[in-house]
Amino acid sequence: MAIGDTTAHGGALALEPGYADNAADALRDLRPAGETIDFELEQHHDAASTAQLGFWIYLMSDCLLFAGLFATYSVLHTRTAGGPTPHGLFDLPYVLTETVFLLVSSFTCGLAMLAMGRRSRGATLAWLAVTFVLGLAFVGMEVHEFAHMVADGAGPDRSAFLSSFFTLVATHGLHVTCGLIWMAIMMALVVKKGFTPSTVSRLSCLSLFWHFLDIIWVGVFSLVYLFGVS
Amino acid sequence: MLGKLTLAAVPYQNPIIFGAIAFMVLVALAVVGTITVLGKWKYLWTEWLTSVDHKKIGAMYLILAGVMLLRGFADAVMMRAQQALAYGPHAGYLPPEHFDQVFSAHGTIMIFFMAMPFMIGLMNCVLPLQIGARDVAFPFLNSLSLWLTVVGAMLVNLSLAVGNFARTGWLAYPPLSELHFSPGVGVDYYIWALQISGIGTTLTGVNFIATILRMRAPGMTLMRMPVFTWTALCTNILIVAAFPVLTVSLALLTLDRYLGMHFFTNSLGGDPMMYINLIWIWGHPEVYILILPAFGIFSEIIATFSGKRLFGYTSMVLATMAIALLSFLVWLHHFFTMGSGADVNAFFGITTMVIAVPTGVKIFNWLFTMYRGRVRFDSPVLWTIGFMITFVIGGMSGVLMAVPPADFVLHNSLFLVAHFHNVIIGGVVFGAMAGLTYWFPKVFGFRLNETLGKAAFWCWLVGFYVAFMPLYVLGLMGATRRMDHYDNPAWQPLFVVAAIGAAIIFCGIMLQLAQVVVSIAQRERARDPTGDPWGGRTLEWATSSPPPAYNFARIPVVRDRDAFWDMKQRGVDLKAAVYRPIHMPRNTATGFVMAVFIGLAGFAMIWHIWWLAIGGFAAAMVALVRHAFDDDRDYYVAAEEVRRTEILRGRAQLRSV
Repeated sequence: MAIGDTTAHGGALALEPGYADNAADALRDLRPAGETIDFELEQHHDAASTAQLGFWIYLMSDCLLFAGLFATYSVLHTRTAGGPTPHGLFDLPYVLTETVFLLVSSFTCGLAMLAMGRRSRGATLAWLAVTFVLGLAFVGMEVHEFAHMVADGAGPDRSAFLSSFFTLVATHGLHVTCGLIWMAIMMALVVKKGFTPSTVSRLSCLSLFWHFLDIIWVGVFSLVYLFGVS
Repeated sequence: MLGKLTLAAVPYQNPIIFGAIAFMVLVALAVVGTITVLGKWKYLWTEWLTSVDHKKIGAMYLILAGVMLLRGFADAVMMRAQQALAYGPHAGYLPPEHFDQVFSAHGTIMIFFMAMPFMIGLMNCVLPLQIGARDVAFPFLNSLSLWLTVVGAMLVNLSLAVGNFARTGWLAYPPLSELHFSPGVGVDYYIWALQISGIGTTLTGVNFIATILRMRAPGMTLMRMPVFTWTALCTNILIVAAFPVLTVSLALLTLDRYLGMHFFTNSLGGDPMMYINLIWIWGHPEVYILILPAFGIFSEIIATFSGKRLFGYTSMVLATMAIALLSFLVWLHHFFTMGSGADVNAFFGITTMVIAVPTGVKIFNWLFTMYRGRVRFDSPVLWTIGFMITFVIGGMSGVLMAVPPADFVLHNSLFLVAHFHNVIIGGVVFGAMAGLTYWFPKVFGFRLNETLGKAAFWCWLVGFYVAFMPLYVLGLMGATRRMDHYDNPAWQPLFVVAAIGAAIIFCGIMLQLAQVVVSIAQRERARDPTGDPWGGRTLEWATSSPPPAYNFARIPVVRDRDAFWDMKQRGVDLKAAVYRPIHMPRNTATGFVMAVFIGLAGFAMIWHIWWLAIGGFAAAMVALVRHAFDDDRDYYVAAEEVRRTEILRGRAQLRSV
């Protein structure tokens, strides 16, 4: 066979025009001198930065999902069909407590990320646990609020206003619940595997998700509760 | 225990449906039998069902699209036959409740399970190759997207055998689709099939945007990307921006139907018109999601077969982005008759007409690309030219209907039906067929039979005109859409002509099936040893046909817009000089398993089998969590294996450097 020994370069490869045998070769050609980026590494699958970008794109799509629900609520919030209105229904101090729990949980989530940055497993887990408890309290209070309303005859089937209220708020609550499950899984992963590149990347995505839900809640709190009782 | 599901759900007393079920079961048994006899189950599982290779996933999307084209076309033939017969005293052969399911299934299948998988399949096959990447950004998600789409399609097909399908049209407008007027499981089949496949599509959008933005070969700046990549980028941005709205619309309808809420009901404050607004906020971008990749395909083909650079690349990119943006500003033209007032209608009428401008730019760019080129009239070019003529006609009838007063006359008439088939068949279907013919040798390693391909094209083209031009006339004569029966005998001859047109298209589809069979049988004669069968200009032609799993033994460096053409001009050696290990994702069954469980949960939701719904969903989540704990997701193809693969593909460096 006339197949040459293709590995006989001893690693000393000059860049042929048109092809990059590896990152360094390719990028030496394209980037300013001195800057070296491993292109092959950049091409890795599920590489952390690409995962982050993908997660951002997903969050934007989720944001549009909430936009649809917010728009629906805006259209329907006056359609009370002779039933309860926002005025009589919302207990602002109660919701404010709920809100504080969620906002503080966003802060503790940030502290968990800082601890992760220091690669301190104990502190990360501790702050995640605090975040988890706060998130759980938020969900618990929301479920309690809902149960109360349904018991008072203000369930989601009472009027278009209540349908859109329950759907918007519960969709957020469902997201928080998913976040809690995700958080529990991540804590288990950190315990089991420590800070591998994949756990670090996923924890960053989780933190993005958590802050995102916080922002959505600020929208819910303002549009639904504050405007509702004003 | 089984919710609403009883044996009575199987329509064994209806001969037409039972015949269709028997046919489906026979085909399924034949497929299962063939696989068993050939002993290919393990191969199927390890090489295909669990594959995360974008080329194989693309091929599976194309197979799904082909199968669903047959199903959707069968529905079309039934409608054409019914309308050719059912006038005056004649009732035709389909009872109204069956006819209504047929047109609903036809629309749903053709858009969601034929056109979408076709375009996403072509993107999967080609896009990573075009940008010089070794895979997509998230290979596992890609597999999950595929199987969610397949599961959605299977639910629609299952509705034929177990229960029934929606009788509401392809967008399931309330209040008709509410529980009060549609108490059966038909709308629920519709909802869950679309919801499950829609989530798959959204994930595809996320995946491809990340792929295009992050995984281009060095040197490929945004303005050096092939036009198909550009249109795919815009399409996927539209997917991510529009599909959440579909998810919301369907979810709200679900809540109305399952929990007695009042989003779109006639009572207690509900507003059916809101559904129509929401669904078209998704629905209009959706038609651009389908047509933009087709525009990209035509751009690639016309440049390749004219032997020239694409004329007006920058304007093509800008026009694509303009169309993507405008697509969100026109939704109300689907219901001018709703009565939003003259100002609102005028705004949406004007934005709609404005879309003709960037589209016109594209048409002229393609024409100027052909001008003074040496155009080779292979079948991809025939589809392209057929598209240019047909699509312009369809576009003009669209601009006509964008005039609100005209729309008040034409709304819901067969003129509208003729218009959107004019642009969807003339644009999307012709684009899909052109792309399939063009890239088939890249994906499978051999060309499709050209004689049969050209014959199929002519049948499709002539059949299209014979089938749909009469519908324009019928629409102007006052015929509305979705009629299982009409009283005006003057319409009947035109309906007969339309049915003949459908028969001609049927010949085209049969020729295409024959084309696939003959091409596979004669594949040795049509092999593509070069990897570049058409004199291509973009990077997908720089690797062998079919490409190895890792696509490129070494990543190309891009210096020009038509990267591969530029390499050929400069005489760049395509073969790797030295082989390095290549990092690749491992196959995983998680996507397939999750989709099966989610499909089971969807079926259970349709039939109110709550325990199974919860169980199916929980099982899917367990599969996902197991996947999360699995670190063994990737591997390195050893350098020596890369070398062997390249030698097998005639790509090895034959000289010692």
